Amino acid sequence: MDLNAKIPDGPIEGKWDRHRFEMKLVNPANKRKYNILVVGTGLAGASAAASLAELGYNVDCFCFQDSPRRAHSIAAQGGINAAKNYQNDGDSIYRLFYDTVKGGDFRAREANVYRLAQISVNIIDQCVAQGVPFAREYGGLLSNRSFGGAQVSRTFYARGQTGQQLLLGAYQALERQIGLGKVKMYARHEMLDLVVIDGVARGIITRNLVTGETRGWVGDAVVLATGGYGNVFYLSTNAKGSNVTASYRAHKRGAGFANPCFTQIHPTCIPVSGDYQSKLTLMSESLRNDGRVWVPKQKGDVRRPEQIPEDERDYYLERRYPSFGNLVPRDVASRAAKAVCDEGRGVGPSKMAVFLDFGDAVRRLGQNVVADRYGNLFEMYERITGEDPYKTPMRIFPAVHYTMGGLWVDYDLMSTIPGLHVLGEANFSDHGANRLGASALMQGLADGYFIIPYTIGNYLAQAKLPKITVDHPEVQRSLAGVRAQTTRLLGIKGRTTVDEFHRELGLVMWDYCGMGRTAEGLKVALQKIPEIRARFWSDVAVPGANEELNPWLEKAGRVADFLEFGELMCLDALERNESCGGHFREEFQTPDGEALRDDANYSYAAVWEYTGEGSAPRLNKEPLEFKNVKLATRSYA
Amino acid sequence: MSKTMTLTLQIWRQRSANTPGSMQTYKLEGVNEHMSFLEMLDVLNAKLTKEGQDPVAFDHDCREGICGSCSMVIDGRPHGPRKGTTACQLHMRTYKDGDTITIEPWRAKAFPVIKDLVVDRGSLDRIVAAGGFVSVNTGVTVDANATPIGKKNADEAMDYAACIGCGACVAACPNAAAMLFTGAKVGHLVKLPQGQVERRGRVLRMVEQMDLEGFGACTNHRECSEACPKEISFDAIELLTSSTCAPRSRTTDLRRSLPQRGRRDPRRPRSRLRLEVQQLG
Repeated sequence: MDLNAKIPDGPIEGKWDRHRFEMKLVNPANKRKYNILVVGTGLAGASAAASLAELGYNVDCFCFQDSPRRAHSIAAQGGINAAKNYQNDGDSIYRLFYDTVKGGDFRAREANVYRLAQISVNIIDQCVAQGVPFAREYGGLLSNRSFGGAQVSRTFYARGQTGQQLLLGAYQALERQIGLGKVKMYARHEMLDLVVIDGVARGIITRNLVTGETRGWVGDAVVLATGGYGNVFYLSTNAKGSNVTASYRAHKRGAGFANPCFTQIHPTCIPVSGDYQSKLTLMSESLRNDGRVWVPKQKGDVRRPEQIPEDERDYYLERRYPSFGNLVPRDVASRAAKAVCDEGRGVGPSKMAVFLDFGDAVRRLGQNVVADRYGNLFEMYERITGEDPYKTPMRIFPAVHYTMGGLWVDYDLMSTIPGLHVLGEANFSDHGANRLGASALMQGLADGYFIIPYTIGNYLAQAKLPKITVDHPEVQRSLAGVRAQTTRLLGIKGRTTVDEFHRELGLVMWDYCGMGRTAEGLKVALQKIPEIRARFWSDVAVPGANEELNPWLEKAGRVADFLEFGELMCLDALERNESCGGHFREEFQTPDGEALRDDANYSYAAVWEYTGEGSAPRLNKEPLEFKNVKLATRSYA
Repeated sequence: MSKTMTLTLQIWRQRSANTPGSMQTYKLEGVNEHMSFLEMLDVLNAKLTKEGQDPVAFDHDCREGICGSCSMVIDGRPHGPRKGTTACQLHMRTYKDGDTITIEPWRAKAFPVIKDLVVDRGSLDRIVAAGGFVSVNTGVTVDANATPIGKKNADEAMDYAACIGCGACVAACPNAAAMLFTGAKVGHLVKLPQGQVERRGRVLRMVEQMDLEGFGACTNHRECSEACPKEISFDAIELLTSSTCAPRSRTTDLRRSLPQRGRRDPRRPRSRLRLEVQQLG
């Protein structure tokens, strides 16, 4: 597997500028001769589809939701980082770059992260021009807040709905191009295979989720912006439809999958309340600007939080990490919450929760100010739990939220399959082993608005792409494979529902490949997953038919992929004998319980190659070089 | 201890757009009060699947009230009884043991039923495609702080931009009008300097598309704002009509002929009655 990242030469500050000059261009009159397939319409997909169409390319765009505006980026709450330094508090492109590399526990690619920090400032300009209603100060200028892992205020936000507003900006730009006829939009279409012809990505297979029609599409390049795979855990903060299928099927066609075990467990989510639970709800990291996290000092303290006096409370984040306090990065905060619960100091009926307390904030700022900052989040909490967070502390617990791993891409965001580009959460490149808050939105939009429009031209200008049609035998072969799987799923007529299998897989993943991992546990998981998979293929109950709207058939296909992909995650976690970021191997920790990296042996991206059904995947390594930041033990104390 | 309850569910079942539908009754036991409404439907669907029956199709995705996928009329009200709450955020503690709940799809000519509770809302996307944007290409921009925007205007723009595009406003309207949806987008953009240049053309194009899609006209019932899970103000419709000097559409003309700020007639039953009158698309 060729893992040449094609990072441009020269000092890091000038790499992107230089590359932009050196890249080949497609002249404006020729752009309309190219057809690009964009899959996914979240921040990365919608911004890419709109920007490519503006340049003159013809774009076919696909999403499985009923409208491109419903992609899961819509649910991002807290904000988007940018190195604007509007607060005059010492921020700079270099500092954002440094914070991101350090926050990712030194497992990201330096050059990509530096470019991300550079582009961050353009994103804010672009979004404001589109009419994104960011929060503003009374003087009319943009407001900022702080997020974890940074000591500056560089996060731009639109109340607790930043993702929604940024996505609507990108969606509106996309709809404008749809109206102009430059983008053809296919909603309720799910990508079920990638078509590779002579080693080059040339098309996709989709199923029309309303009619059941499967068909092939061909183009000159394919762009995947299909999000992350957190739903492998069943319970996560992801939307119910989020899945790994497009990425995983591209992987099976030859795209390397990098660092699949790097998952982010977000520290502040509403705890699980029962077996029927279908998803977990995030409470934005921004709440940690004013909320204080604590548990009782005594084990098994069952008093109501208001009855526990100040000196019997343990504000454990402020105690352990005095300089960052409640704003330590997510992996650190999550592990600390797990540690106090494991000690028996958890709160609430399940004892698997900690308090996030706004008592001080309400006293200091008044309820109105707190409501102005977090009102919609407080309401959401109240609706779900029936408790009022102005009066009693929130109960929170970590939950699966984001996946840093993804398809391997080079500096141009191209996967190991020429012509297949991967953007946003679906790729692996920028966040290393842990993503900082408010950086996902930044990366999705950087990839879509400001990177792919340049790099895809460079690819197209040099690629030799013979004309093909959907009658090509490779397209027909992929199509037959997809149809056969559908027929097989519908023909099993077993007794166990798709969700029951998904829950079972999720529990195995959470227990053995969640916040704490051990070699022993991972080996157990690697035995259990194939066993669940075998039962799935003999006993799954998929009601209905293909030729209709059939959400259970859709879900069955996605769970079938999770049942294979979960194994790859465990294998990756087992192979990485160190702790870094969200990957915490209990065997490798400092005496204080912090992650212990092994830079001498594991300073690489683990890129897995599919070698066929029943055959062990092959591990390839892209060494990570750190020339601009010094490898150091992360400290937030 | 959490309470459990037994419910009678009356649900609209319709195989496809071309087959007639009907209300079907289901009994569901052991519903936990902490379940969300959609989790209750998950439990029903698991039961139906196990019994070899066809489960109920419904749109849902984020389940945290922001994606706008969920679209069901619960006991005659879009998204159910709790104000400012989407169906996915509605929890079963709102109900009590022995309750009967009716569940139907959005009903409007412009939202044809696909299956059971799932409707096609592509018409809303097409209204946005007609003009719900600022015509700015990627890259040609000035510094974000070059144009100060007063906090009040920015906040008001955000109030309108909070629309999740679910279509509850259409489902609630006796005329199945999309005026609140369209007005919310117009209101968002017209409150900002970036939206000024195209303000007139935007409204005309969006309203024209609204008419083409078969949405009805506004006759000041204000049910839309009442049903909106994001509580978008009815003022959005004022902004829609005032953002252009020469409204030509039948929708806006109709509005002009009616008294402004009319109140809903309290004697008129709520939107439930409409369900019997309004035909499925």
